Amino acid sequence: MSEPLLKINGLSKTFHVAKSASGNTQLRALDGISLTVGSGETLGLVGESGCGKSTLARTLMMLETPDEGTVSFEGTNPFGLRGKELLNWRRRVQMVFQDPFASLNARMSAGDIVSEPWATHRSLYPSSKEREARVRELLHMVGLRPSDARKSPQEFSGGQRQRLGIARALALNPDVIILDEPVSALDLSVQAQVLNLLNDLQKELGVSYIFISHDLTVVRHVADRVAVMYLGRIIETGATEEVFDHPRHPYTAALMSASPKLDVSGVKRDRIVLKGELPSPLDPPSGCRFRTRCWKAQDICAKEAPEPQVLAAADGTRHVAECHFPLDGIKGLAGAAASAR
Amino acid sequence: MKTAAEQAPAPRSGTAGIPPGPARAHDVVLQVKDLAVDIRTHRGTVRAVNSVAFEARAGETLALLGESGCGKSMTAKALAGIMDPVCDLAEGQIILNGTDLAVLTPKERLKFAGPELGIVFQDALTALNPVYTVGTQLGEAFRIHRRLNAKQAKAEAIDLMKRVGIPEPESRINSYPHQFSGGMRQRILIAMAVALNPRLLIADEPTTALDVTVQAQIMQLLRKLREEGQMAVVLITHDLAVVAEEADSVAVMYAGNVVESGPVSEVFSDPRHPYTKGLLESVPAHLERGAQLKSIAGSPPELHDIPSGCVYQSRCPLVQDICRAERPALRPVGPPVAQSDIQPETQPRPARAAACHFSEELNNV
Repeated sequence: MSEPLLKINGLSKTFHVAKSASGNTQLRALDGISLTVGSGETLGLVGESGCGKSTLARTLMMLETPDEGTVSFEGTNPFGLRGKELLNWRRRVQMVFQDPFASLNARMSAGDIVSEPWATHRSLYPSSKEREARVRELLHMVGLRPSDARKSPQEFSGGQRQRLGIARALALNPDVIILDEPVSALDLSVQAQVLNLLNDLQKELGVSYIFISHDLTVVRHVADRVAVMYLGRIIETGATEEVFDHPRHPYTAALMSASPKLDVSGVKRDRIVLKGELPSPLDPPSGCRFRTRCWKAQDICAKEAPEPQVLAAADGTRHVAECHFPLDGIKGLAGAAASAR
Repeated sequence: MKTAAEQAPAPRSGTAGIPPGPARAHDVVLQVKDLAVDIRTHRGTVRAVNSVAFEARAGETLALLGESGCGKSMTAKALAGIMDPVCDLAEGQIILNGTDLAVLTPKERLKFAGPELGIVFQDALTALNPVYTVGTQLGEAFRIHRRLNAKQAKAEAIDLMKRVGIPEPESRINSYPHQFSGGMRQRILIAMAVALNPRLLIADEPTTALDVTVQAQIMQLLRKLREEGQMAVVLITHDLAVVAEEADSVAVMYAGNVVESGPVSEVFSDPRHPYTKGLLESVPAHLERGAQLKSIAGSPPELHDIPSGCVYQSRCPLVQDICRAERPALRPVGPPVAQSDIQPETQPRPARAAACHFSEELNNV
């Protein structure tokens, strides 16, 4: 791969909150996140609630300022930009939200919703004629009728609303779209329609996606690469097939194993059922953050936080995991389940 | 106190309904026949559930599968007798262990809530009362149905918390629901539902609000409790993978109707209704990454204008004139020929049924 479009290095974000049980007031939502997103690539971001996925998305949208670390977008740091350059950067990174009912203003027409970004980015389509034509074009691109521009959001179904949200994100011709659980509020049959649309748009426009989801089946279908988050850290990254079939971090293996599979062959698979629940991010465990639920944990895991290790991947892609005792990649998920028993 | 296993075994269920008595594995515990629920709206009365029929057996899980608005939760509420005031049970029988719940008065039904039937809701935080401790809420069933005093009820509540895997129950029994995590709250809700060892447990999307690792824990707990008490479980879900992993049989619902039912392994490997087939094909599994998914065009009909013929006609690839004219009834469909030759029916199992005029031709498409 050539130089990545978006490069994140050591990104950290701490929130100050009211005192927790242990007297801690610092919530480290992101703790040294490093990631890259290539041009036209889909990066899947998975993890359980509270792991920092949404904080990462908000930071990339510049809705939060990081405490440490750098973001580099084609070599420039967006947090150092001002004025017109900043405006142009904001145009290039857009977002689609999870809830298609809450993310569209019920008092605006579909056409107004899609064209609202141009009120800020005036130079993009200066004449009203151009804007109207572009609205029709965008609605057509996402599979809605041009005449739908006059309707209000509540006249659309959930799937159609999500299409409208996608049209709004496309209005500024972005290079990166952050999709925060874009299909989790949709029914299965409609979900497939929206996933197909996202796939077609990426092929047509070459846009990069950061696809945040808790649904591993969906991520496996859409993502080129996957990053797994746990309590504010990225604990494993790699090519999608590598991470899904040969997980190296015990948490990734547990996550893959816990996710129900549509398989009626009657073959019982070994399942890893983790003990306990996600610790509070206010009082994360010392050393490795996963050690309290990990079946491989040893004394060293409590003392030292594991460094990211580049591991040999079967297909030659880059596979990184943060674990003192990474799993055997060759044995795959079944081997991991056997070791957990 | 005698447990179910110590009591005399019930006579084998005959053709004349289900006799009362403790359930044995695979006995039919719940029979739902021609269930219909109406909702009174300002635009007139609509039928949200229509001629729904299924059976739930002891020690087995029946899944009610469907997308939002298909009537699966409404069916659950009708079974439990907790429908909204604007809803009416229009038709049908709900035979739980020999008694038709549909003809009982609300007061009579109260006797069944707890000892015979338990329900677990999706959102544990709204299902639990925030101003009472979990101990009070867990002990309620014992105080009302078994007339235990507060101290005895507390001891039972601690036992229950142990059964559902809540750590340190003695100290946590005086905590309030908001002091528990989502997974623990769901465990408390399950504990309340199984407190009196009901024969039937209705679980309405019990893990939808939970993370996947916690979902696996809760499903494991439900399986354990089902085995221990030989409960019949009705699991309501929209997740095909959960059905494939957890359920023995499935009833697929669409627009208020059951369109297909039968053993999960058969229904999912050889669907006989185009909707079931379309759903299975919409799952992005076993496909090349980025490959086009087969989606179902359009969206389900509004309850206000459900077509007079087949409910699925507007989205069906096989639609013909007869589908627009006549609604197909849920009728038996045979197992695939090859399988019926090899497997003689040795144990009772739910028959397969589908509501489609062209269920036999579906495989050729």
